[in-house]
Amino acid sequence: MAKATFRIWRGNADNAQFVDYETEVSEGMVVLDAVHRIQAEQANDMAVRWNCKAGKCGSCSAEINGQPKLMCMTRLDTVPLDEPVTIEPMRAFPLIKDLVADVSWNFKVKEQMRPFAPRPPDAEDGTWRMEQEDIDHVQEFRKCIECFLCQDVCHVLRDHSLHDEFIGPRYLVYAASLEMHPIDTENRLEELKNSDGIGYCNITKCCTKVCPEHITITDNAIIPLKERVVDEFYDPIKKLFRVFSR
Amino acid sequence: MASYETHEYDVLIIGAGGAGLRAAIEAAVGDLKVGLVCKSLLGKAHTVMAEGGVAAALANVDERDSWRVHFADTMRGGQYLSNARMAELHAQESPDRVRELEAWGALFDRTQEGGILQRNFGGHQYPRLAHVGDRTGLEMIRALQDHGIHQGIEVHMENTVISLLKTGDRVSGAFGYEREKGRFKVFAAKAVVLATGGVGKAYKVTSNSWEYTGDGHSLAYHAGAELIDMEFVQFHPTGMVWPPSVRGILVTEGVRGEGGILTNSEGTRFMFDDIPELYVNQTADNPEEGWQYTQGDREARRPPELLTRDHVARCIVREVQEGRGSPHGGVFLDIAWIKEKIPNAADYIRRKLPSMYHQFKQLANIDITQEPMEVGPTTHYIMGGIRVDADSQMTAVPGLFAAGECAAGLHGANRLGGNSLSDLLVFGKRAGEYAAQFAMENQAVPIDEAEIDTIAAHTLKPFENPPTDGNGNNMGPYDIQAQLQEKMENLVGIARTQESLTQALDEIQNLREKAENVHAIGNREYNAGWHTALDLDCLITVSEAIALAALERRASIGAHSRDDYPEKEEPGAGKYNTIINKSDDGAMTVRRESIDELRANLQEIIDEIG
Repeated sequence: MAKATFRIWRGNADNAQFVDYETEVSEGMVVLDAVHRIQAEQANDMAVRWNCKAGKCGSCSAEINGQPKLMCMTRLDTVPLDEPVTIEPMRAFPLIKDLVADVSWNFKVKEQMRPFAPRPPDAEDGTWRMEQEDIDHVQEFRKCIECFLCQDVCHVLRDHSLHDEFIGPRYLVYAASLEMHPIDTENRLEELKNSDGIGYCNITKCCTKVCPEHITITDNAIIPLKERVVDEFYDPIKKLFRVFSR
Repeated sequence: MASYETHEYDVLIIGAGGAGLRAAIEAAVGDLKVGLVCKSLLGKAHTVMAEGGVAAALANVDERDSWRVHFADTMRGGQYLSNARMAELHAQESPDRVRELEAWGALFDRTQEGGILQRNFGGHQYPRLAHVGDRTGLEMIRALQDHGIHQGIEVHMENTVISLLKTGDRVSGAFGYEREKGRFKVFAAKAVVLATGGVGKAYKVTSNSWEYTGDGHSLAYHAGAELIDMEFVQFHPTGMVWPPSVRGILVTEGVRGEGGILTNSEGTRFMFDDIPELYVNQTADNPEEGWQYTQGDREARRPPELLTRDHVARCIVREVQEGRGSPHGGVFLDIAWIKEKIPNAADYIRRKLPSMYHQFKQLANIDITQEPMEVGPTTHYIMGGIRVDADSQMTAVPGLFAAGECAAGLHGANRLGGNSLSDLLVFGKRAGEYAAQFAMENQAVPIDEAEIDTIAAHTLKPFENPPTDGNGNNMGPYDIQAQLQEKMENLVGIARTQESLTQALDEIQNLREKAENVHAIGNREYNAGWHTALDLDCLITVSEAIALAALERRASIGAHSRDDYPEKEEPGAGKYNTIINKSDDGAMTVRRESIDELRANLQEIIDEIG
């Protein structure tokens, strides 16, 4: 059986460094399998998050040779094995230990967003009527598995650390899924412009490129939201209308 | 004395999959203080992996459907060992529970008329599963999560409960640790709901993640609750078999619902060769009729690929054992063949089964629109579990409730696909409601400090144990876990005998002694090895319960197959449940309890529908 070296980030917020582990690799293995094998045979106390191992839960996000990916969906035959494979935690968030980053900020952001509020039901049995074509876009956004790879790769968060002023691509997609939901009645444009900081996004599409669910984050979610914000707050005719209607 | 943080709640929910979240939402309806503890991050629990759909007799696609038919289907699927009252409540209430998710933002696929679309599934007489492509579980857990976070529930993510606390007869809280720093927490509560899911990690080949170590089953058992029908472990017929690293990952039954067929190495559709008597009248006797059924022909009967999971799994094992398996020890599941029947089949498959397409493409280099998949059975679900009152979901321990996979009763000897998502909604809600009621009617009871010190010391013992035993054997947690999984797979798997089960019980006893001396390296900070060491207790408890119950049931019924007792019932035994509890001397005991006759109005439904 072939062997390969994995250069894994070990340690906590106070002290961490790469440690090399050599382990056996076989056909069909993914990066998470190698990490598990190292954990079971050489480093029992290594911290790594994972659950479904099938790309459905979004737990095992990491940076593999510098690329933000799900470890469970990254096959070893897509990575060069003649040199060490580096595996690091997501860098846009504080480190807890080894491959586990503190992603709690994401959960707080969602809690602060204005929740779904449906219109009264369409039918007497308390249900709504919606056409499939009207929900296709929103279903695309709802495929999100909350792996936070888009947050990890976003310059505004990763390089500029504007976590207090910008909610990041994940939550712009979430906002889009609520704003475009056929039966939602809220209007979130003001907070999108102000506290959510949609203006910080300069559409480099890095988030779209790393999304394991292939959600077209920038084109289908962020740009339409930006357009709505512009229409609402910067449209000269609307502005004029607002002046006169005061 | 152990150091720990204390959190006080009216209702404490352990587990944040569908059942736990639904229970928490319900318990928080009034102004009670509700705590929710989960082993992973919120929204990552196993519910997220459910693919095919949630069963509810909405009758949106076929108006002949009703709760009565759903009830009859569930009872038949469970081989009439289900708790009939639970099956009744489940069939009656699941439509409301599904509709309510739409009010919380869920977006199911639509019918032409704009209602919730429903699909065919094994054992369901009419198209009954509300779904979103093949990612229904994600939609459900996200809808519950996004609604739940605004209900004032306090969530403790990445926390594990080690033991329930009791004061006198009543449950008074739980003791656990948080992963990040390994610090202890005590959760004092007037009522506790267990919603911890399954036990898949007791087996080597499983669709379950690291979390599914039977925590709720074990916590309840040690607290004095009973476990029921633990021998019924569902081996889902279609798990991936190749490459080795993905063995066990689920392939949704939805593939067969959309027209996928099972064939052996000779190209034969072997499911036509063995159709159980109970289902002969409902099953197609030729391929064309089966295809027509999947395409919505209301007069057609369902193809044999959509027989119940226990039966399909056994047929696959038979094909493999008799030398007609696929190259890697499974059989073929083919959806690509539908290109003979419909135009743009590849697009259709990608739209209907997007995550299956993705999963095979990425993990196995297989394009399911062009070639067949290789599949074989994988440990998926446990029908058995904590015995609860059908209406309130309370266990034998006052103040302790259970819902979802860790509770038992609804599914009998075999669960129908789609009935678990509806189970966790219906009974999650009920558990939350009755736990809240219990908390309102009862005062808090003080927690016994001495008990906490004992549990805390036990929790830290793996750090003190030596790394090897007297013979130089490695005492690391992963080795012991792997040995247990190997034994359970080989001795308590799909085919069981008195000999294999007796041997299993011996092996489990040896592993229990080893687990008491398990060694953990490092410190308490986010230490996966230590966590695995602590999970061993629960895994070994449920493994013993499964083996003991399997030994007691000397018959082959539903998911439980005894090679030495091929008949469905033991002569003269009638219908019974196996009941497991902890005796006064600490030993695990099993007994039988006869199943009551059905209430007359429920019997009428069975007589009429079958």
